[in-house]
This record gives sequence, structure tokens and C-alpha cells, in this order.
Amino acid sequence: MGRYVVRRLLQMVPVFIGSTLLIFLMVNVMGDPVAGLCGERACDPGTAAQLRREFGLDQPVWQQYATYMGNVFTGDFGTAFNGQKVTELMSTAFPVTIRLTLVAIVLEIVIGITLGVVTGLRRGRPVDTGVLLGTLVVISVPTFVTGLLLQLLLGVRWGWIRPSVSPAAPVDELIVPGLVLASVSLAYVTRLTRTSIAENRRSDYVRTAVAKGLPRRRVVVRHLLRNSLIPVVTFIGTDIGALMGGAIVTERIFNIHGVGYQLYQGILRQNTQTVVGFVTVLVLVFLVANLVVDLLYAVLDPRIRYA
Amino acid sequence: MRGTALARWAAGAGGLALVATGCGGGTGGSVGTAVLSSSWGDPQNPLEPANTNEVQGGKVLDMIFRGLKRYNPRTAQAENWVARSVETTDSQNFTVRLKDWRFSNGEKVTARSFVDAWNYGASLRNNQKNAYFFGYIDGYDKVHPGSGTQSADTLSGLRVVDDHTFTVRLNQKFSGFPDTLGYAAFAPLPRAFFTHHAAWLDKPVGDGPYTIESYTKGSQMTLRKWDAYPGPDKARNGGVTLRVYTDNNTAYTDLMSGNLDLVDDIPAAQLKNVRSDLGNRYINTPAGIIQTIAFPHYDPGWNKPGSQKVRTGLSMAIDRKQITRTIFRGTRTPATDWTSPVLGLAGGYKPGLCGSACDYRPAEARKLIKEGGGIPGGQVRITYNADTGSHRQWVDAVCNSINNALGNGRACVGNPVGTYADYRNQIGQHKMTGPFRSGWQMDYPLIQDFLQPLYYTDASSNDGKWSNKDFDRLIDRANAETDRPRAMADFQKAEEVVRDDMAAIPLWYQNGSGGYSERLSDVALDPFSVPVYYAIKVS
Amino acid sequence: MPEQPYEPERAIAGTGMGGAMDLAASEATTLEPAPAGPLGTGPVGKPRSLWSDAWRDLRRNPVFLLCALVIVFLVFVSLWPSAIASGSPLTCDLARSQDGPGPGAPFGYDGQGCNVYTRTVYGARTSVTVGVLATLGVSVLGSVLGGLAGYFGGVWDAILSRITDIFFAIPVVLGGLVLLSVVTSNTVWPVIGFMVLLGWPQISRIARGSVITAKQHDYVQAARALGASDTRILLRHIAPNAVAPVIVVATIALGTYIALEATLSYLGVGLKPPSVSWGIDISAASPYIRNAPHALLWPSGALAVTVLAFIMLGDAVRDALDPKLR
Repeated sequence: MGRYVVRRLLQMVPVFIGSTLLIFLMVNVMGDPVAGLCGERACDPGTAAQLRREFGLDQPVWQQYATYMGNVFTGDFGTAFNGQKVTELMSTAFPVTIRLTLVAIVLEIVIGITLGVVTGLRRGRPVDTGVLLGTLVVISVPTFVTGLLLQLLLGVRWGWIRPSVSPAAPVDELIVPGLVLASVSLAYVTRLTRTSIAENRRSDYVRTAVAKGLPRRRVVVRHLLRNSLIPVVTFIGTDIGALMGGAIVTERIFNIHGVGYQLYQGILRQNTQTVVGFVTVLVLVFLVANLVVDLLYAVLDPRIRYA
Repeated sequence: MRGTALARWAAGAGGLALVATGCGGGTGGSVGTAVLSSSWGDPQNPLEPANTNEVQGGKVLDMIFRGLKRYNPRTAQAENWVARSVETTDSQNFTVRLKDWRFSNGEKVTARSFVDAWNYGASLRNNQKNAYFFGYIDGYDKVHPGSGTQSADTLSGLRVVDDHTFTVRLNQKFSGFPDTLGYAAFAPLPRAFFTHHAAWLDKPVGDGPYTIESYTKGSQMTLRKWDAYPGPDKARNGGVTLRVYTDNNTAYTDLMSGNLDLVDDIPAAQLKNVRSDLGNRYINTPAGIIQTIAFPHYDPGWNKPGSQKVRTGLSMAIDRKQITRTIFRGTRTPATDWTSPVLGLAGGYKPGLCGSACDYRPAEARKLIKEGGGIPGGQVRITYNADTGSHRQWVDAVCNSINNALGNGRACVGNPVGTYADYRNQIGQHKMTGPFRSGWQMDYPLIQDFLQPLYYTDASSNDGKWSNKDFDRLIDRANAETDRPRAMADFQKAEEVVRDDMAAIPLWYQNGSGGYSERLSDVALDPFSVPVYYAIKVS
Repeated sequence: MPEQPYEPERAIAGTGMGGAMDLAASEATTLEPAPAGPLGTGPVGKPRSLWSDAWRDLRRNPVFLLCALVIVFLVFVSLWPSAIASGSPLTCDLARSQDGPGPGAPFGYDGQGCNVYTRTVYGARTSVTVGVLATLGVSVLGSVLGGLAGYFGGVWDAILSRITDIFFAIPVVLGGLVLLSVVTSNTVWPVIGFMVLLGWPQISRIARGSVITAKQHDYVQAARALGASDTRILLRHIAPNAVAPVIVVATIALGTYIALEATLSYLGVGLKPPSVSWGIDISAASPYIRNAPHALLWPSGALAVTVLAFIMLGDAVRDALDPKLR
């Protein structure tokens, strides 16, 4: 197990370097960020040259990348063009996005698994068909349409919620945005759980448990659910990274000042430091989440051993 | 060319212009303690006065700073504020005398507060984006050379006489100089700005009616009324909370549901229902902003004999009335010249100067374009930045209008550029191959400001590189003219040169539009389309 | 590597390309591509392959038939939009801005006064083109790279898998914003190119997994023993048996690409006019959601039905190919 972890960690190094280099190159393709800084007039050449020098934009890309990575390892993520330390932006943005992600995941677990179990046990019944159809509709409508519709109906027409999230972003205001963010994953958790439950229901150990005369509740919770949740848990685990990085649309609709907002702003202003910094952290989260999920496999399913 | 340095382009609805404005002749009045919330955008640059060139940062500076002059919120005329007087005998040497004034940290505002601030703003090493504002002051070329390193740290044209007096020597005669002093770039700075710079940036301290209580970057800023403010325009509310919105639609939605008190940019898509939503809590005030379509005169396709006929034809193919009525619902007015109605007739505004070229005449449009050799490349692509404002809506509408007039569904298409930075890049490198959107927000109410920066040969905001000797000559003559009506006549003659060549197509004059909650009263927008915060009363 | 059929790699889902594909991947790899040959359970005689079995199932599956019908209709509309819509999608009259349904315009008019029905019909072509071409590109690139990694294993596998991880780690919407924000072309190619660039790892993973499984089968060993070349083994023996999961995931992915195009347009970096696409129309109509919801709902509805048709088709194909469910 220990050796496996070490090997996986070593494998993460090239992936981490590759991904950050890739995003660095992509941001670089976007062109000269200085031109947009001076409003609707040309920057005076003196200031523009000085700014380029200061942000290291006059150096070759590989050198910019090396300098940047060197700084990152000492905890310095650079400064955005508006003079704000990227670490400072992170310290305000990440707590908000982490809260939003947690809300989304809790919703996935509570609603998704419940619906999945109910439909899995009642395969073919009207409940099953209805929920199945519902999940497909959720999957096929783009998130931003779902978000805008919910905002209009719940926030403006009926006044049940605040149409936007206040700067403090308390958890209760994040429930609807979290639902929008989680919607597609939620639909998939439902379908995954349903399939898994339906498959395992026909398995020998469940039949044995039922034959032993165990109460239905106990069979479902102790035997069926526990074994059916393995793929679901791993799906949710790997979804963390996707949710955090994919919140650009949701955060924009509900005016949440989290990671997605900072990334969006950073891209519009071609703010290399912000974009690369946030993506670097997201890549790390993604890699670590994947490792943890793989290790969870072994914990959940004793048949798996890592050597 | 000198005048050009004072101006800059505005980004239309989501304006990107430094705005230093305010309200004159405040009389105190009833003073409240309640706080209002207002929509905001994340400032693009650090909140240093000489480094803020867009409206969102400008909003804050307008609340926490007062300079020598201040623009009247109704007339936009420059009025003495911290200055007791700004005097000159030769339009080149000025003597500035100050009133007793203080920064909110108790420090006195002295001549040195100004001179140090201006030297800081002009110095190349400080990367101040508004440094060009100091370009008239003697010694600027040493402090801020176009290339290489600076050979001086201070402007030789500035001299402190005593605590309340300093003199300014310009590198040329410029009678309009005092009118420029209302800009935030000319604000005084306290010692703390220089001694504890990082701390100052976290929580800027100035000499205006508000002080900053807290600032969560990228999210919100709370400003409190400064009780001991020495000026006549004391805040009549307890403070303002500025809240960052990514999308002005969300801000409007929040106003509707009672989570926000004031919105100073109503999205075009909401204008249809704004009357029924807000009733008389909707404000629509003329502002010194004109929107135009500029041409790449450096592109051979757009600069050959007969091209002006094509440009005029395109102008005639745009149904301005219908677009301003349908898309903008009266928040913009069809343009009939290249200036703005806020100038007033005395200031050089001349309605109808454009003549039939700005009317919708599809038949004549087709004829002119045909005579001029047709549209270069067979298709007009109007470039705009898609990330802010309602540009997409009106560009699409303009194109549809042109297509309908020419009877060709593909004669005109919008060409969105993803980011503003890239849009400016393409313009700056003269890579445009077709027309592009442009907007101009005035710096001060002078016709000169609407013409010289945009159309004078090689002017820095002359993005289309249009050049005409007659125009340049008329502008030079007008600037030298001391008699105001005669100067106006020359400026208008120059404007006619622009018209005859259709250097840029004037579209419409833009208003400031805003809305507010039932808690507020006395809400107004100034001619720069920024709310006059100090005067707002909160119940 | 793990000793069990649970491959940890399999669980690594992409970020952002919509959970659809991630899940499709993890579900699809559980398929055991049955070797070709007389393994059928039906009456002995004519040899039956996995494919003919699946086809027999699908022919009787109403869901499959319905989806196929929708897709055939879509293709028809894409090829001949003028058959069911009159007028040009580029002819708009501002005087009709935000009007409701009228003669010739059963869906009403949008903010620019364009006929929503006409534009929705004409939008099908662009949206379907983007979906189909992006899927083709992703499938080809992903299958080749994944197949090679799975077949040759060892160092090649390690390197290719790491490269796959690198592209996987970039959030898709973010990558789209960055890469497409500087594009000036108004064709569909940049959008398709971007989707291929960031989408191939999805297919690559699946192709790799199924090639590894197929490689271990006896008939491959037999071919190798007979001295068949790598190329021959890959093309003649492995590819036909490893392709099923790829097809399933690709079908589902097609739907998500169409939806992704709309999301990119919403963020201002998708297709550009004069292209007519559902994404462009949905994003243009979204600010008008209060006053003219019809302009938003019709193209959204068309998009949802299309995505739904492809996803359910993929679902049905997977069920038919899954021997466990038979």
C-alpha cells in the first residue's frame, strides 16, 4: 500500500508540471495583457514597457514558467494587475467555493442516493420511470438555462430566495446555486445508484440475507446499499475537482465571488497570474482527490489490494 | 496634439473612463445615518488616483477624494473646490492657492500634498496609467520619457511656495489647464501613501466626504460618512456599501427583490419593463457619451477614392430611431452630430450638423455604396468586445438594419472579440480590417474634447488613423482663438470636415440610466453617468 | 497496478466536460466485449456476433426507435432546413422585437425581431455539425492514442497515460474560455478543435481499457503465435472487439458537445455570427428571459431534445451490448 502511494505521488509530479505548463501556454496565447490596462487608449510606450518588464512579460515563455513555478514552491503566487496578491484572492475565493462544493456534494448524496435507492428497488414502476425521465431532462438542459430559470422563478417571480448570493455567502443562500451546480452530477448519482442497486439485488448475498429472514430494512441498508455504493462514492469523489473548477457558470449567474468568478475575471483581463495560480491549485485538488478515491476503493472493497 | 492626452475612450455602457465628478453647491441639509448599497465592478487597477482609468475605481475615488476643482453634477463645469484660486496671466504659468482642508486621518492638505502626488503620478517608475495627465507640466519628458529610464524624479514645473500656495509651469500655453484639474489623477495624497504604501492600498485614505471602513477585494467595499469632512458637500447618508456584480442583470434582479438600493447601469434587456418595475425610481439622464462606428483608414480597402461614399451609405443604412427606441428604450438618442447635447448650444453642440447622412435612407444608401465601389470584401464585419455592456445587442441590430436596407442577409455581421484586452490589442496594432465600435466619454464639456483626441492626425485615441489637413488646420486655429464664439465656429467647421469624409459614423448619444429602491431619495446621475452619492438620502 | 478488474485509473473522471461523459466512461468500461464467434445463446446454426444480438434487441426497443427517429429527423432538418421553414434566419425586423407567435412564426420573435422558429430550424445544422465532427475527432484521436497505449503497454502506456492525465486535469469550460477568447474566425472549426483537444482523453481511457481486456483473449494470443504483425492484430482482431464501449461513450458525448457549445456561447466564446446555432440563440435570449422567455425556451427545448436523443440512444446501445443484462 505504502509503495503504491509513493508511486502514485511520483506519477503526479509530471502530470502536475504538464498541466500547469499547458495552462501557462494557453494563457500566454491570449496575447499581450498590458494593452487592456490603459482603457480605451493606447498605453504610453514608457509605462507599457515598464509594466511588461515588471511582470516578466519580456522574457521567453519557458523562462516565465520556470520563474513562476519557482515562486509557487515558495508560496508566492504573484500579484494580479490590480495590485492584489493572488494568495489574498485565493483566501477569499476558496472558502466560498469550498462551501458551494460541499453543499453540492451533500445534495448529490442525500437526493441522488435516495432517489437511486427508491428507483432501484422499484425498477419499472411509475416512480422509476418518472425519476429516470427527470434525470435525463436535467442532464440534457444546459446548466446555465437551469440556473437562469430557477433564479427567475424562485428569486424574482415567487421571491422564495435571494436571486444573488451576498458577499458573505452563507450556506443557506448557497442551496439553490449548489443544486444548480450539482444538477447534472445529481442525475448521474441517481442513475448510478439505481443501476448498482438493481444489479446487486439479484446477487447471491442479498438472496441469502432475505432467505435468512432478515428484516427488509436491514437487508437494504446493511447488505444492499453498502455494496452498491462503491461506484457511487468513487464518482462523487472524482466529482469534487470537476465541481470546483466547473462553477464558472453557476458563480456567474448567482454572483458568487468564488474561484469561478476569479477565473472568469482573470481571463477577461488576461491576468496570467490569477488564472495560472487558481488552476494550479485546482489541478492539485483534482490529483489528490483522484488518489484518495483510488485508495478508498481498497477500503470499501477488501478484494482490492494495491502492491 | 496636446489636447489629446486629456481624453480617453469610454467603453460605452460598461464605461471604462476615469470619472471624477461630483456635486457643487451642497448646502448640508438633513443628515442621515442609514447606509445604502450600490452596484459596483471590481476596479481594474490599484486604487491610486493616478492609476485609475475606469469608472468603477473612479466611483470610489470620487467618494474619498476631493481635488482642486470639481465638476458640477448638472452642468459639468469645473468649480474651485480645495483650490481657493487658480490664476494665470499668460496661460502658461499658474499660481494655485488652497483652502484649509484636511485628510480624513487628520493630516492637513498642503501644497506639498499636491506636488508630491503629481510627481508620483508622473514618474515612470510608478507605472501610473494616468501619467499622461501630467504631460503638460514642464519637465514631464525627463520624469516620464517615452523609452529608456527617467533622468529626473520630480517635475521641474512644480514649485511649492508655502503651505497654501504652489506654482505650475507648463511646457506650452494651454488656457484649458485649470479645467482639467477636477480629475482624480490630480488629487492630493497624504504622507501615509508614500510611507506605508501597501497599507494605504488596502484601505485608501483621502480628503473626500467618505472614508473606507473595509475593503474585501473582488467582493465589496463599505464606505462611511466622514463626519468632520471640511467641504460643503457633506454626505447626507451614513455611508455606501459597494457590491461587486459580474453581470448587471443580476444587479438589477437584486434591486427588484430588495437586496440592493442603487443600480447605475440598467441592462438593455430590462429596459422594456423598467417603468413598470420602478415607476419614478428610474432615472434616465443625458451624459457626455457618444457612440460611433470607427473605420480602419489604414486599410486600403477602406481608404480609396469613393470610400467616403461607402461610409456615408452605411450610415444611411442604419435606422437609428428604431434601434434607440426598441433596444435602448429612449436611454440613447439618435446622433445628429459628433459631439453631445450636454455641451449645450453655447458649448458647440449643433443638432442636425450631420444632415441627411445620419437619416435612415435605404435607397440612397444602396446607391451610394454602389457608387463608392461596394463594400470592401463584400461584407462589413463590425468588431466589438463581447465581455461587457450591451454591445452585442446593438451591433446585431445595426447589422440587421444594414442587411435589411441593402437587401442582403450577409452584408453585415458582428464580430465579437472575447475579451476587452484582446480587443484593445487588435486596435492598438492596427489589425482591424473592418469597422469597429467605439465610444467616447467626455472629460470636460468642451467641443474640442469630442474632436481633437479622435480625429486629429496621429492623436492617441485616433484608432482609425484618419488624417485630414483641413481638419487639423481648423482645430489648430480654434485652439489658438481667444474669442469663444469664433472658436466654436471653427470647431464646427472642422466637424463638417469629419462629416464630409464620414471619418466615423455617429450612432447615438448615450444617457446614464439607473434605478433605486424605495428607501432612497434625491438620487441623480451626473453627466458622467455616475451616481451623486453624497446627496442621496436614505430613509 | 491493481490485481483486480477494478482499475483505479478508470475512476479518474474528467473535470467539467459534464458528468455525462465521466459516468459514461465508468459505466461503459464494465462492458465485456464478447469475442466474435459462435458464442451465441440462440439456436445453433448461423453464428451470431455480439453486434447482431444487439441489433436484434435494439430493433424491438421502443426507446431506441424513438431516439433514432428523432435523430433521423434532425439530420433531415440539418440537410434541408428550408423544407420545413420559410424565410432566412438572417432576416430580422427590429419592429417585431420580442413579439409573441404570429403567422409564419409559431415560436414568436426574439429581441432582434428574428423569427425564432426559422432560427431554431436552421440552428440544427450548426449544432449537429459541431456535435458530430467533435465526436468523430475525439473518437479517432482518443481511440488511436488509447489503443496504442493499451496494446503496447509498458513505457508507452506510462507516457501516454500521463499525457492523458495532463489534459484531463484542465477544467474544460476554463480551457474553452482561455483558448477561444482570442479566436477571430467565425467558422465552426475553432470550437470543434478545442473540443477535440480537451475531449480526447475521455475516449482514450476507455479505448485503452477495452484494448487491454481484448488483448488477453485467446484468439489474440493465437494470432500472435501464428506470427501476425502488430498492425494486423490491432486492426483485425482487437479493434472490432474493443470498439463497442467507445461507440457507446461517443454517442453520449455527442449530446454533451452540443450542450457545451451552448455553454461556450453563453460565456461569449462560442460560435460567432453569421453562424446560426442554438447556443448563439440561447445565449442571446438569456438576458430577455423575463420579457421574451419564448426566445430562450424554444432553442433550449430543441437542444434538450437532441441531447436527450443521443444520450438515450447511447444508453440503449449500451444495454443491448451488455451481456450481463441479456
